[in-house]
Amino acid sequence: MSKTNTIAPRNTAAPRNFGTTLKELDWRRYVIYIGFVVVFLFFAVLLRDQGFLSPNNLLNIFRQTATITVIAVGMTYVIACAEIDLSVGSVAGLSSVCTAMALSQWGLVPGILAGLAVGLVVGSINGALVSLLGIPSFLVTLGMLGIAVGVAQWITASAPQPILSDTFNTLFGSGNFGPVPGLVVWSAIFVAIGAVVLNRTRFGRQVLATGGNRSAAEFTGINTKRIKFQVLLISGMAASVAGMLYAGRLQSGRFQWGAGDELSAIAAVILGGTSLFGGFGSIIGTLFGALLIGLINNGLILAGLDSSQQQVVRGAIIILAVALARKK
Amino acid sequence: MNTADNVVEMRSISKSFNGVPVLKDVSFDVRKGEVHALAGGNGAGKSTLMKILQGVYQADAGEILIGGKPAAINSIQDAKAAGIGMVFQEFSLVPSLTVAQNIFLAAEPLAKGGLIDDRAAVRRAREVFSEMEVDVDPRAGVARLGTAYWQLTEIAKALAQNAQVLIMDEPTASLARHESEALFELIDRLKQRGISIIYISHRMDEVYRLADRITILRDGRHLLTAPLTDVTPEKIVEGIVGKKIEGQLSYRARDHEAHDGAPLLEVRGLTAGHRVRDVSFTLRPGEILGLAGLMGSGRTELARALFGIDKVESGEVLIRGKKVHLGSPQQAINAGVALIPEDRRAQGLVLEHSVQDNLLLPLLGQIQRGPLLDGAKGKELSSSLIKRFAVKVAHPHRPVRLLSGGNQQKVVIAKWLGTDPDILILDEPTAGVDIGTKSEILDMIRELANAGKAVIVISSEYPELLAVSDRVLVLKDGSIIRDIPRSEIAGEEYLQLAAQGV
Repeated sequence: MSKTNTIAPRNTAAPRNFGTTLKELDWRRYVIYIGFVVVFLFFAVLLRDQGFLSPNNLLNIFRQTATITVIAVGMTYVIACAEIDLSVGSVAGLSSVCTAMALSQWGLVPGILAGLAVGLVVGSINGALVSLLGIPSFLVTLGMLGIAVGVAQWITASAPQPILSDTFNTLFGSGNFGPVPGLVVWSAIFVAIGAVVLNRTRFGRQVLATGGNRSAAEFTGINTKRIKFQVLLISGMAASVAGMLYAGRLQSGRFQWGAGDELSAIAAVILGGTSLFGGFGSIIGTLFGALLIGLINNGLILAGLDSSQQQVVRGAIIILAVALARKK
Repeated sequence: MNTADNVVEMRSISKSFNGVPVLKDVSFDVRKGEVHALAGGNGAGKSTLMKILQGVYQADAGEILIGGKPAAINSIQDAKAAGIGMVFQEFSLVPSLTVAQNIFLAAEPLAKGGLIDDRAAVRRAREVFSEMEVDVDPRAGVARLGTAYWQLTEIAKALAQNAQVLIMDEPTASLARHESEALFELIDRLKQRGISIIYISHRMDEVYRLADRITILRDGRHLLTAPLTDVTPEKIVEGIVGKKIEGQLSYRARDHEAHDGAPLLEVRGLTAGHRVRDVSFTLRPGEILGLAGLMGSGRTELARALFGIDKVESGEVLIRGKKVHLGSPQQAINAGVALIPEDRRAQGLVLEHSVQDNLLLPLLGQIQRGPLLDGAKGKELSSSLIKRFAVKVAHPHRPVRLLSGGNQQKVVIAKWLGTDPDILILDEPTAGVDIGTKSEILDMIRELANAGKAVIVISSEYPELLAVSDRVLVLKDGSIIRDIPRSEIAGEEYLQLAAQGV
């Protein structure tokens, strides 16, 4: 359990002295938190005159990373299960478009249902192809990446679909719940449920076991095909919610929303300490991975770097962090 | 003794990991053209010593002499250059390449212009195989060949690099009897060519068959080196386990009739997978049934069919008189069947996960409270299993990978017995396990049967099979050819002959 639970300190029954505790502490597992603090302090000092530490800017970071966080929570399950989902960005785009179109046609609830249906359908297709036909998820979701974004562009004729429903926009991203921005609430809900399910339920354990050694999991009576189907379905659903958050925040549905998010989400998951080879996963780590990426984006913008420079620095930081976090 | 005869001499080697000494002042030498057995319990330091010789680890103290001259072996490349070859226990071949490509991997013969000369590679591979006097097609894809051929390819790979010393770690672990015999003959031939072999094995008969001398390590120390003519098997076992084990492999009559009554398991005309054909037998509570047969006789496949992994094509399985459908492991588990699989690392354990997580994996239902898992209950359950099965574990949260083979196997057994199955199938339960743990596992099997469980044991080691079984089924080509009560089996040879179908 302690392997997967990176927040709670390991509490061990046997009395142990501080030295052995320190020696056994695997600091690589915490590199994301250390990295987060270091980068945060670095920007806080360097950009103190640019308003980096202002409450507004900090909330902005949360707001901007919310969609990536939601996608990355689903992605954590997929990667911990030793699969990959490259279609999430396109699913978000398709979901934003379908939500917007159904909303203007039939109203609020059908709009939301249409968005969720995108995740349900795409996630199920991905899951079925991977688990029943045994096609590698990399290929299935690579194909789906193209299909989803193509469908989104096709049915909208590349035109943005405005969303005029204030209720929807308030609920999905533009508004606040009390003093807290709605997007922050959304990511908190996903992170909380995601962490509890992964660490504290039978399903979560079975996902980790399937990712850690599929054959042993199967011999233990775990239906690994069902588990693979379920993680891809979860990922699709999370991506479709992220698509609605894009739609609410930007008050429109557009096929470009979410483009490239699969890469940011994968980076967040890996930065957070989830093994790319499966078997280990940390949702809290994923949250901090996403926040670190958001932090870097925000800091680099405030520092006045143009977007080409931002990409170079961001890429370098990600490689550095993963290099530090890797196992010996 | 003339040290010049020694192709390899390791003097006063010491090695510690994180301050824990693993080897203490160990000396070891190998003469030209000799088979030198290296024995010791799990954790005695055999593999560390060999890894130092191969350049995987560096000794903290001591020196290595190759051909009488001090040699610095700091990497695997150094060891290869010094003529040390390794036949890996887990084979180090690339399945997608051909035999010849594997033999010359990273040492490919080049044609003019710097491109790989595949034809030369095939030709030279053929030469190596003909020197070994074995028939292997260098052009064959490794993936399509059986285990025995993998091993021959490994040996050829080492020989092609001019190895003078071959290290073989449990080379017969995955071979059938006749394949092992072929390997022994090959070892004899290599010996005659002046090639020295360091032979690591838990199997006493092989050591006596092959080795000239034996070195025993215990707890990281050198215990003895002696010609095999001077040591008795009892002395070797005693040296390995540190105490006398008497009759650990002898059959103990148990009162298995005590649980008489309706059969617990009834198999009628079972045909499954691509090996099991029309198999029928019954199993009563308290009975231990041994499955004997050569590799490929369908023993493992029968176990897989009973555990719902291989598809049942025809026939029926009854448990407690009721017909059951075994379509998946989950259904088999629900019907009260548990399988300790053949390959504990690939099928039994999630190696990177903790001991506790592995133990609890089939038992998650037991520690659930509402939708969530109860951490305290899980800890309690896993520590009670660790205690009950005497698993030696430093910390239940450390990866199971760090345990010795014997303790890993105990974890697999413990994990399954936690589900309290009625029918327990053990496939090669003592493969690669040291002799002390082996007798513990055999005792465990007897106890389970005494408690009224029906047990099926599959083993290629007949002494072990004879030690526990009340009855032995002999399989050949997927069918049962003999069903022999233990009392009618005179000895291992009788069973050997039966398995050969004589």
